Amino acid sequence: MKLSFNAQDEAFRDEVADWLANHLCGEFEAIRGRGGPGDEHSFVEERKAWEQELASGGWTGLGWPTAFGGRGASIEQQVIFNEEYARAGGPGRMGHIGETLMGPTLIAFGTDLQREHYLPGIRAGKQFWCQGYSEPAAGSDLANVKTRARFDETSQQWYISGQKVWTSLAHESEYCFVIARTDPTSVGHKGLGVFLVAMAQPGVTVRPIEQLTGTSEFNEVFFDDAVCSADDIVGEPGDGWKVGMGLLGFERGVSTLGQQMLFQNELDEIIRIARANGAARNPALRQRIAEAHIGLRIMRFNSMRMLSGGGDDGSLQKEAMIYKLYWATWHRNLGKLAMDVLGAESEIISAAPYELNRLQSLYLFTRADTIYGGTNQIQRNIIAERALGMPREPRG
Amino acid sequence: MEFRFTEEQEMIRDTAQAFLAEVSTPAAVRGAMVTERGYDEALWKRISEDMMWPALHIPEEYGGMGLGYVELAAMQEQMGRYLLCSPFLATVGFAVNTLLVAGSESQKQRYLPEVVAGKTATLAFMGPGSECDADAVQATFTTEEQGYCLNGEYRYVTDGHSAELLLVAARAPGTSGEAGISLFVLPAETEGVRREWLPTMDQTRKQAALFFDNVRLDASALLGEEANAWPALAKVLDLATIAVAAEQVGVAQQALDSSVAYTSERVQFGRTIASYQAIKHKAADMMLRAEAARSALYYAACIADEALAGNPRGAELAEAASIAKAYCSDAAFFNAGCGIQLHGGVGITAEYDIQLYFKRAKSTETLLGNAAWHRDRLARQLLDGESV
Ligand SMILES: Cc1cc2nc3c(=O)[nH]c(=O)nc-3n(C[C@H](O)[C@H](O)[C@H](O)COP(=O)(O)OP(=O)(O)OC[C@H]3O[C@@H](n4cnc5c(N)ncnc54)[C@H](O)[C@@H]3O)c2cc1C
Repeated sequence: MKLSFNAQDEAFRDEVADWLANHLCGEFEAIRGRGGPGDEHSFVEERKAWEQELASGGWTGLGWPTAFGGRGASIEQQVIFNEEYARAGGPGRMGHIGETLMGPTLIAFGTDLQREHYLPGIRAGKQFWCQGYSEPAAGSDLANVKTRARFDETSQQWYISGQKVWTSLAHESEYCFVIARTDPTSVGHKGLGVFLVAMAQPGVTVRPIEQLTGTSEFNEVFFDDAVCSADDIVGEPGDGWKVGMGLLGFERGVSTLGQQMLFQNELDEIIRIARANGAARNPALRQRIAEAHIGLRIMRFNSMRMLSGGGDDGSLQKEAMIYKLYWATWHRNLGKLAMDVLGAESEIISAAPYELNRLQSLYLFTRADTIYGGTNQIQRNIIAERALGMPREPRG
Repeated sequence: MEFRFTEEQEMIRDTAQAFLAEVSTPAAVRGAMVTERGYDEALWKRISEDMMWPALHIPEEYGGMGLGYVELAAMQEQMGRYLLCSPFLATVGFAVNTLLVAGSESQKQRYLPEVVAGKTATLAFMGPGSECDADAVQATFTTEEQGYCLNGEYRYVTDGHSAELLLVAARAPGTSGEAGISLFVLPAETEGVRREWLPTMDQTRKQAALFFDNVRLDASALLGEEANAWPALAKVLDLATIAVAAEQVGVAQQALDSSVAYTSERVQFGRTIASYQAIKHKAADMMLRAEAARSALYYAACIADEALAGNPRGAELAEAASIAKAYCSDAAFFNAGCGIQLHGGVGITAEYDIQLYFKRAKSTETLLGNAAWHRDRLARQLLDGESV
């Protein structure tokens, strides 16, 4: 059992840190630390430009195989990149969905044509993607999607109709990957397809949803005979569940240490405030601050296990299965802690009409952490059923 | 990254697990726990002679196996899982670590091979009613022509009534806090030492009070520097803390496993209670705690190895120990407590094992600082800029 990355990986770390120090400055100085969770609406154009800067440095498509224009970096190197990126105050990634979800999906399930058509735009930081999964009647129960895709033989095109909701950054995206029903008589996870749909067309309407923070990161997206070509279905009609869920399997802890670096910055800020405003003398808050520190350190140790591969019994990666439930719950508690440390000041916002400070956004937006990407309840179902072998939930 | 067991470490753990499944059965635990000694001497003989467990992290030059703390933690986790009744924690977690950290070359040469051969030992440092910081050391020593004279009372001494060798801390009269503390080693049968078993709520681990009445020791009994042993003692306590946390991981895991097994059998309202979401979600929360506790433990065990080797990362020892003990204490308690709830009425009986885990969770929580105590120690580092 070892604690450190090897020397080669540490050399890679230096390379990343150097590059970031030399490029995340000048015109990009303003976006340092911006655009993270709860702040996605800010500096959008600058952050898109930054994606191209990253691309020119060869830092996009980091984990993609070189054959597909990527850098073919190892898991360790991807982790290190993300960690250094966060350490340097790299802004929230506009290209995140394309790079970590769409790209790997096309590499795994796409055709050569699709890869040639879509991967370069993602790699270059010029084309942005959103994820069209959730619908009004399909949240946790994603297999209940109603959006339909109909193939028209004469025009040789797919026509997509239905409504998506909670679609993050749809208003900033060139494309959406949409999960839709190819077989109108099907139910559940059968008869679905994943489609690559251009957003700029008459059949697509994006309507922002105002969030509790007053900002709008996610949207409703209406498809009314939106079109895509016969080549724009990933896999075969009916493969949608496999392809669409395959994506979610790509999270292998690559972004965890980077995410934890951001968490550490937040905790450090809370500690700074506590020391300055006297909260650090309150015994109950001292306990909670220590608890937050413990929780974050253990999150790291857990990632280290995850990144070392294989459960300790060589089979199930149990530490990977608890990861989402663990971090989401920890982060949500941190938001509450921040407010309690701020005390009476926690209520006073930066400016009318509703400009929140960073910790207020944290407090409000961390409520989403335990909802998106599989709610805490769904995580517990998964853990109980897949890791502990308890009976599956009955279906209505 | 290789933050996982090597094949050899997995083998050590699996061997321990298989052996304990055979010897530390519920019947064996119940047989041992009702005795005053608290363990089966024949089993201890097997553990020390056949399995060589006390030798585990003793360097080879003293007859040990020369393995590390990760191996120790892996084994101690299994001992917690099977509620092994034995003087292992006292002998290895407390006494061997004291000898390794504070002993002179000749003291190691003399005592460590005895432990390898099966001699039991423990560490006494806490006075009545104290917490496990430097002020806990209340017994006193005075210097005499030929050596030292010790007086005072020790309480909460793990296996103190049965250990053959004693490591003890005492302070110079009139000193307080970290100043004036010395460590000594002596046979338990030394004149002036009276030992009294203190019956405990967790019957699977024994405690004792030791009364020292003008106990005269010669100069060779002193470990390390006179009146300046706190740094060594603190290090020993951190190392022992990690060994206790390892047991807690085993307790947390077994409380989960037995609850899943029980709820998968028990039928109410026409289905197994494991099929109810309230039960599943509780089990998922228990697994989260068991796994996170395990991550904390493995990290602390790696740091313990660094500390024992005198490497720079060993400086993290106190922090890593506190993180592990705070989290593992809560995890063991949560899991054992939920375990009783998931068992329903049978969880309240003496017959079912879950109650034994609930008690071990509590006794290990109290031992060497509970979660709140360790969080407080970390808070001082985070908020007051103290190094822990
Ligand atoms: C900030 C944010 C960004 C998002 N971005 C996107 C995006 O880009 N693309 C996209 O497709 N989706 C996105 N989502 C949607 C997200 O995936 C869903 O919100 C999530 O899956 C939950 O679905 P729901 O909101 O319909 O809640 P529901 O499924 O209605 O859940 C409501 C409550 O019921 C509980 N519940 C539901 N089913 C069960 C069950 N079987 N057992 C126990 N409890 C249950 C849930 O845990 C929850 O507490 C985003 C959501 C948020 C908050």
